[in-house]
Order: sequence, then structure tokens, then C-alpha cells
Amino acid sequence: MGDIWEGLEAAFWLIVTLDPELVQISLRSLQVSITAVAIAALIGVPFGAWLAISRFRRRRATIAVLNALMGLPPVVVGLFVYLLLSRSGPFGVLGLLYTPTAMIIAQVIIATPLIASISHQAIRDLWADYHDLLISLNTTKRQRMRALVWDGRRSLLTATLAGFGRAIGEVGAIMIVGGNIENATRVLTTSIALETSKGNFALALGLGFVLIAIAIAINLGIHAISGTEREGRW
Amino acid sequence: MVQRMVLALFLTVLTSVCVHADTLRMAVTTSFHNSGLSDVLLPLAEAEIGLTVELVVVGTGQALRLGRAGDVDAILVHSKAAEIEFVEQGFGTHRREIMYNDFVIVGPSSDPAQVAASSDVVGALSAIRNAEAIFVSRGDDSGTHRRELALWNRTDDGIPTEAWYRPVGAGMGAALNVAVGMDAYVLSDRASWLNFGRKDGLAVLFEGDPTLFNQYGYLPVSAARHPHVKAQSAQAFEDWLTSPSTQATIGSYEIDGQTLFVPNAKQ
Repeated sequence: MGDIWEGLEAAFWLIVTLDPELVQISLRSLQVSITAVAIAALIGVPFGAWLAISRFRRRRATIAVLNALMGLPPVVVGLFVYLLLSRSGPFGVLGLLYTPTAMIIAQVIIATPLIASISHQAIRDLWADYHDLLISLNTTKRQRMRALVWDGRRSLLTATLAGFGRAIGEVGAIMIVGGNIENATRVLTTSIALETSKGNFALALGLGFVLIAIAIAINLGIHAISGTEREGRW
Repeated sequence: MVQRMVLALFLTVLTSVCVHADTLRMAVTTSFHNSGLSDVLLPLAEAEIGLTVELVVVGTGQALRLGRAGDVDAILVHSKAAEIEFVEQGFGTHRREIMYNDFVIVGPSSDPAQVAASSDVVGALSAIRNAEAIFVSRGDDSGTHRRELALWNRTDDGIPTEAWYRPVGAGMGAALNVAVGMDAYVLSDRASWLNFGRKDGLAVLFEGDPTLFNQYGYLPVSAARHPHVKAQSAQAFEDWLTSPSTQATIGSYEIDGQTLFVPNAKQ
């Protein structure tokens, strides 16, 4: 119990004094995860919508694989991206290893299947309602996808926020491809792992509370902006 | 994939954090980093020779892999046989000894296996085996782990396989956390132990045997094999590390009044 209390205390002082290092790693966490989730949503949402309204051979298999990929272990993704970006790997010449860009690439791979899978689920339900209307209007596939994505935007926002949750709390992949380099690729989760390994449990826990606070603030902020949960809408 | 790579390239331009004019990327062992010496040396290097050193903190096994792949410009590790092999295979230009520290056997202060009474490290490990006291092994192919296995090999029954011998497959700090949690014995480098923040009930029980000395070697990655490595920066950092004033700084680094490293670079 003592450690948990000290952790809360550490979190409080870190936030109140706006510890410059904390601000830096928090901003980097946000920069990496928000960029990654934005890209993942740009890929995952249209793919989920396309999957919902398309009928093709192996569709079931595709959906099963997509759902399974939601559970991709981050450390495997990290190793995979490391091998691609390593100087001895196929994309080594780009020199991307141990940069925030490498961390973004890893998190895009982690978040995309989750966003695509939840989007597919949401849009499939909507498609059941809209099917006859959109068919009778003789819409193109593209128009159908646009209508469904727009009308399902609240569920798709939830899908994107789930992707964000997975990305911001992830440590296995970014530890390998980012290297947890001070002032370059250190983020909240890798700092927590580092402080834990040093035996500084209170500070590690304090950083954990800061991470949770940021995640809650982002979620509340987005809901406020997008106007979900309004009276009569919930 | 191709699309993602194009995006990635685009993102580098957008998000690239300040690229320093002169940076050196170096893979170091967890034990060196946990000692806190890097927090003293790196700002000094930046001030004195204008070199920003980025540390990738991993186990010796992974550090050597990163050096082989050319993902870092230099490595600073402690596993002599593996280092010599690294240079012989042409991955590193040479090996330069920088300093040494020592390993200690840490365990519960009640010392159920009577390790403290041993005259040498082989006797200490045999005492743990005879008492079947829990022993936490790093188990991660790091320099510390390799040293521990070598020490066990010198005991009569070799490397233990019984249930009291528990390889955790983790870094030094994590292994110490596990040892604290299980009231177990563990081999640690002195620096990591002194800097460790949660010593609940554990203490240094055995130390001082010369076979526990731990030599650190600095190996620049070969520019002949990986033309992109910053050979000049690696050389500059080596010159600075081995200069008399830096060596003196290393020798004067203390935690709780104990010196941790003995500088021994040959000029």
C-alpha cells in the first residue's frame, strides 16, 4: 500500500511542478500515438467499411485473420519492424531505427487491425439497416462506404479511441524500435519500464498515473468536441 | 507496405526531432546504465567535446547484435570472449579497455546458506547449492549472466538445473526486483546494486574475490563493414573516455561513499 500512496504523491508533484522532463516525454508519447492512430484510422476505417459491404471468396477467412491480428503481441511487431528498419534490413538505408518515426510505424501496425475490426463490426450492423435503401438508390460502392462511415461516425470514433488506448499504453514494440533513448525516443511507457527496473516503484507508478490521466483527458476532450453523449442521444 | 513506407518517409520530414550536428549512438549494458555513471559522463562529453551520445540500453547479447547489424556506432559491454570474437569477425575495429567494476553476491540478510563465511566465490556458490537456497539468475545472455554461468561451471556440479535455481530472463534491475520479492540470492554488479532503490531485506553477502572483477570494453563498429557509422565520432568519444581527466572522473564516481569503477585504459 505504501508504494501506491507514494506513487500518487509522485504523480501529484510531477504534474503540479510541470516537471520539464515529464512534459517532454508526455508530449512525445502523444505525438507518437496520435500520429500513429490517425494513420491507422485512415487505413482501418475505410478497410473495415469496405469489408462490411463487400462479398468475396475468403471473406470469412479475412475477417477471422483480422480479428486474430487484434491480439498481435507488441513485442513481435517491434521485432518485425526492427528487422525491417535495421541497417542490415531491407529499409535500413532510410536510417529510421531509433527515431519517433520507427515508433509510429510499429504502432500503426498494432492499432490498425483493432480499428479495422471494430469498424467492420459497427458498419456491418449499420449496413443491415441501410442495405435496401442504398441498393435502391443505385449508389456506387464508394458512395455507400461514405454514407455508412459518416452515419456510423460515433461508433467509428470509439473504434479509433480503442486504437489510441492500445497505442498509448504499449511498451513492447516501441522499446525495441525506439530504444528508450533519453531526449530522443523516451516516452511515458518506456520510462515506466526503466524506473521499474531501477527499483523506483513510486516514480514508475506516478508516471503510470500521469499516463492514465492523459488518456482520460484525451477521451473526454474528443467526446466534448464531437458532441457524443449529448442529451437525448445516449 | 510500400504506402506505409512512403508515409513513414513523409513523417520523418514532419516529425524529425532536432537532429544534432554531432551524435554518437552507443549500445551499453543495463548494468553500466543502472550504475548512474552515464548520467555523469554524457553531459560532460557534450560540454567538453560537443558530442551528444545517445544510449541504447540493452543486454550484452543484444548490444553485440545491434553492433553486428550496424544499428549503433559503438558498443560498451563487459563480456571479454564475446568482444574479442566481435572484433575478430570484423564487426568492430578494435577493443579498448576502459574501466572495471566488480560483481557481488546479494542475498537475504539472514544468510540461510552461510555465504558470507566462504573463502572464495566457488565456495559461496557451493554453499547456496548445498542449502538449496533460491538463486535468481539473469538468464538473458547478458554479460552478467555469462559470467554467472562461468562461475557455476567452476563449481563441482556445474550449472544448476534444480527448482531452486530460477532464471528470470530479465535485466539487472528486474532480476533484483525478483530477488527482493523471493528473498533470493543473486549475482549483481556492485553499481546496479548500490543504485537500486528497493533493497528490502537484502544485503551484499560476498565480495572481493578477484575472479569477480568485471572489465568493460569499448568497441567502435567497423566503418569498413557499415559505411554509415560515425567512425570519427566514435574515435573522438574513445579518445575522450580514455583521456586522463575523464579517467579520473570515472575513478572518483561514488555512491554512498563507495567508489564503483576503477579506470584502467592504457594510453
